[in-house]
Amino acid sequence: MIEVQHLNVHFGHNQVVHEVSFQVAPGETFGLVGESGSGKSTVLRTIAGLVPGWDGGLAVNGKTLGPKRDRAFFKSVQMVFQDPYGSLHPRQTVDRILAEPLAVHGIPDAETRITRALEEVALPRAARFRYPHQLSGGQRQRVAIARALIANPSVLLLDEPTSALDVSVQAEVLNLLADLREARQLTCILVSHNLAVIGHLCGRLAVMQGGRIVEIVSQAQLRDGTARHPHTRELIALSHELEG
Amino acid sequence: MTEAPLVEIRKLRVDFPNPAGFTQAVRGISFSLGREKLGIVGESGSGKSVTGRALMRLLPGSARVQAEALRFDGIDVLAASERQMRRLRGGRIGLIMQDPKYSLNPVMTVGRQIAEAWLAHNKGGKREAREAALSLLEQVRIRDPLRVLDSYPHEVSGGMGQRVMIAMMLAPNPDMLIADEPTSALDASVQAEILKLIEELVSARGMGLMLISHDLPLVSRFCDRVVVMYAGQVMEELPARDLHRARHAYTRGLLDCMPSLSVPRPRLPTLNRDPAWLEPKR
Repeated sequence: MIEVQHLNVHFGHNQVVHEVSFQVAPGETFGLVGESGSGKSTVLRTIAGLVPGWDGGLAVNGKTLGPKRDRAFFKSVQMVFQDPYGSLHPRQTVDRILAEPLAVHGIPDAETRITRALEEVALPRAARFRYPHQLSGGQRQRVAIARALIANPSVLLLDEPTSALDVSVQAEVLNLLADLREARQLTCILVSHNLAVIGHLCGRLAVMQGGRIVEIVSQAQLRDGTARHPHTRELIALSHELEG
Repeated sequence: MTEAPLVEIRKLRVDFPNPAGFTQAVRGISFSLGREKLGIVGESGSGKSVTGRALMRLLPGSARVQAEALRFDGIDVLAASERQMRRLRGGRIGLIMQDPKYSLNPVMTVGRQIAEAWLAHNKGGKREAREAALSLLEQVRIRDPLRVLDSYPHEVSGGMGQRVMIAMMLAPNPDMLIADEPTSALDASVQAEILKLIEELVSARGMGLMLISHDLPLVSRFCDRVVVMYAGQVMEELPARDLHRARHAYTRGLLDCMPSLSVPRPRLPTLNRDPAWLEPKR
């Protein structure tokens, strides 16, 4: 479904991603974990077409991606960002925010789709004509998820979707993502610095450090402690320590 | 050490005006703090930050603050003059905020900002201030303090920025630190480092610490006592090491909803908010 081969990304003279390769099968949720500056978000943004200046092979849905993406790509691949405060237009109502992708992709039937999208992310009907600042953080992230899903994509790219939220709201959003992925057979890539969050949703994950993937491990390996790379072990130890 | 607590809060209420009357942000909370580490935990909107700010009288003028007692080291914060408050804020109580990106001045070097904090509460010249800044950067364990001294905030990482914030708050040698979500904008690994640093500095200098956060397990590792807040009231107060024996359903719910690496679950339990938690407590 998603293939990344020998991906290199440069910001000017600075190479921030080195030879990153991984595959994600249809319906799979793949995790990218690492500290800030490890390049995990850059990999995600490169797949989404938000980063110029990369080389290597990228393919989504069997189609090789070039530097420019066509409209069909943006319809099938959608992204949810970390900060729901920053990623929603402050002067647009939820209704307008959700109508935009429909207009862009020429999808008819906006009325029923918007109502359904709000139901799907469990937002009250009353939220439809509110502005982002009138919603709580968790509700805003639900709007961002609804916006990503309204054009009916097959791939969802999630960049730290719960890091800005309270733990209690994080649980609700993680459950919502698990349900939606099940119902819509979504292929997801989830980026987070929180190993427990990644381990909760992802079957397989790549551990990144300094722009390189140091190890790809399965959920089971994460739990039974058979991860080999010292950095992976460090992250696991830290996660256990913080759980107390 | 005197027996009187550093901070005494009794029946604190904070209301904010809204078009229909008042929104009650804090509804009659009481606790005291000595030279110890106290965690205040709750979700957003539980009133934990407002409590910290009320103690420094940093709330907007429209807020209505009432209390039977709101004292810092015997000083009545509600009755103190602006002059007294200026000496308290920064001088005796330091406030570390969530995101160094927004709380540092972007057009001033790190060294000058720390020196400014030092100069505001100490007597001395620019040279001394610069030396103090350098020594503070060393104390917050920045590896290359001379380079960081002349850097601008955008040139340092988030973790380093938070260390700079801590150095700045320590400059006047305060008696107490209020850390309001000091690590929420940081990575898991940097989070632990910063909290360890705060904890060590607080213990070494014999300060009081009020650590405000929504992450219950994290707070309990670095504090002596934990106060759990919900909708402007204290639900439960308990020693941090007894956290796993918490009785209140809200505390248990907050603990339970974290994804765990060791105990995988297909679904995370979410909080069932009991309307009874909202009832005014006596």
